[in-house]
Amino acid sequence: MTPELGFAADAAHFAYIVAAVLFILGIKQLSSPKTARSGNRLAAIGMSIALIVTLLDRHILSYTEIAIGLAIGGTVGAFAARRVAMTAMPQLVALLNGSGGGAAAVVSALEYNHLIRSTGAVPPTEGVSILMGALIGGISFTGSIVAWGKLQGVFTEKAVTYPFQKPINFLLAAALLVLGGMLLANAAGLPAFLVFFGVALLLGVLAVIPIGGGDMPVVVSLLNSFTGLATAAAGFALHNVVLIIAGTLVGASGTLLTVLMCKAMNRPITNVLFGAFGATTTAAGGGGAGATDLSGKSVRDVSAEDVATMLAYAQSVIVIPGYGLAVAQAQHGVRELADLLKAKGVEVKYAIHPVAGRMPGHMNVLLAEANVPYEELFDLDQINDAFGRCDVALVIGANDVVNPAARHDKQSPIYGMPILDADKSKHVVIMKRSMKPGFAGIENELFYDPKAMMLFGDAKASVGKLIAAVKAL
Amino acid sequence: MNALLGDLTIFLLAIFVGFEVISKVPVILHTPLMSGTNAIHGIIVVGAILVTGQADTPLVKWIGFIGVVLGAINVVGGFLVTDRMLQMFAKKPEAPRG
Repeated sequence: MTPELGFAADAAHFAYIVAAVLFILGIKQLSSPKTARSGNRLAAIGMSIALIVTLLDRHILSYTEIAIGLAIGGTVGAFAARRVAMTAMPQLVALLNGSGGGAAAVVSALEYNHLIRSTGAVPPTEGVSILMGALIGGISFTGSIVAWGKLQGVFTEKAVTYPFQKPINFLLAAALLVLGGMLLANAAGLPAFLVFFGVALLLGVLAVIPIGGGDMPVVVSLLNSFTGLATAAAGFALHNVVLIIAGTLVGASGTLLTVLMCKAMNRPITNVLFGAFGATTTAAGGGGAGATDLSGKSVRDVSAEDVATMLAYAQSVIVIPGYGLAVAQAQHGVRELADLLKAKGVEVKYAIHPVAGRMPGHMNVLLAEANVPYEELFDLDQINDAFGRCDVALVIGANDVVNPAARHDKQSPIYGMPILDADKSKHVVIMKRSMKPGFAGIENELFYDPKAMMLFGDAKASVGKLIAAVKAL
Repeated sequence: MNALLGDLTIFLLAIFVGFEVISKVPVILHTPLMSGTNAIHGIIVVGAILVTGQADTPLVKWIGFIGVVLGAINVVGGFLVTDRMLQMFAKKPEAPRG
């Protein structure tokens, strides 16, 4: 190594450290609403530094593919980020995450190929890192695509179970172990590596398919940390400090975020991931068949005019938004309705369940888009006592998060999940498209409560009718 | 072996830093945080550039090319979409209570 090259390598290493520090500061700032945006920018600056330094690397023989690849990927990414509707955010994050996982798998595969070709054998340290990168990256890649499909409605949202689920997964895991051992002992070559990689891809599909659509936020968050770990593994294989630090940061913070999300649903992570495995009868057959028998009960239909009168003469209204509001893009209408009500002296608050929508904070983002003031948004703990003094709870496209079965029905799959106590207010108006069950796939006994009224229809159209009706009063 | 120990040290410390920096995030920022950290693991594009740069056969180059494309999508899409989300928060004069 010439001194000049040594200096260049040291300079690059130092720049990578600067980038890593910017990533840490960026994530730190992302944790507070005041600094979040600048935190994201700091991280982007760190990324730019790392990219520029990498492009100056002397070992790069040809720039053609790299330049074209960056241009195409950058354009696609920018286009997707600008065009995506706020409601489709979870899907986009899943896809972006899958891209990262795929890239990590590609890097691991090529490094394996490089080592085999240049030295004939892969040293154990690099070998383990490469196999971890290919395995975790592969799972993240296909798992994210399945998660995207479930969120987008391309695949069924339901928890799909298939015969011999456990034996199949056991066999695949055994195959991974055997192949991995052979590869580490350098007793098998590139074909075995490709099979190993193929099994990882298959495992990603099989692991996510049995998980219901309602749990996709948790899955995306977990796969996010997987991609981070795959990136760190690639960093070990390439001895690249910024890959290790950035990947590990995301792996650790993503894991923590996943745990926080599970806590909000009051379910252990194992239950989310493997709930549909084995004991399928409770989840699948349990639809509506909990301890509460709802057969013979009926729901009460109500007109927009009646609801408008009720709202306008209420003292206190609590809006409970859910995914239905997001799909219908009703957030702007809801704010307009709230403004009208406030002008009439009604107190309007929003109750945000931690898992409302498809991602934590999903509702907050949507309502912020519609300029709903922060002070009107309340967490579950802050608002649940207020339902007792509330005249009308307006449930817009939410379902499972207000299902009282979570409090008392031990048979219910959502038993134990903290819910918004909408049933404690004087009147409950539920705006829904149909009687279709929510994401958890279970009936909601709240709809059959005597004080509950159903306003059927698309949330945006219904809110529009309510606005017109309130104005006409 | 020294290189491995160095890498391991960094790895272990980064785990603790990762847990420490996000321990106090309000729920409303969970989505931007997920998408922001999602953008950060787009750093894998650096790895993709390095392995593509040392490619010596057309096949390896093209596979590397796919890696660069995927990594670049992750980076650019991730940061832009996070910024778009946070832009909507930034308009508010008051920060929410945690």
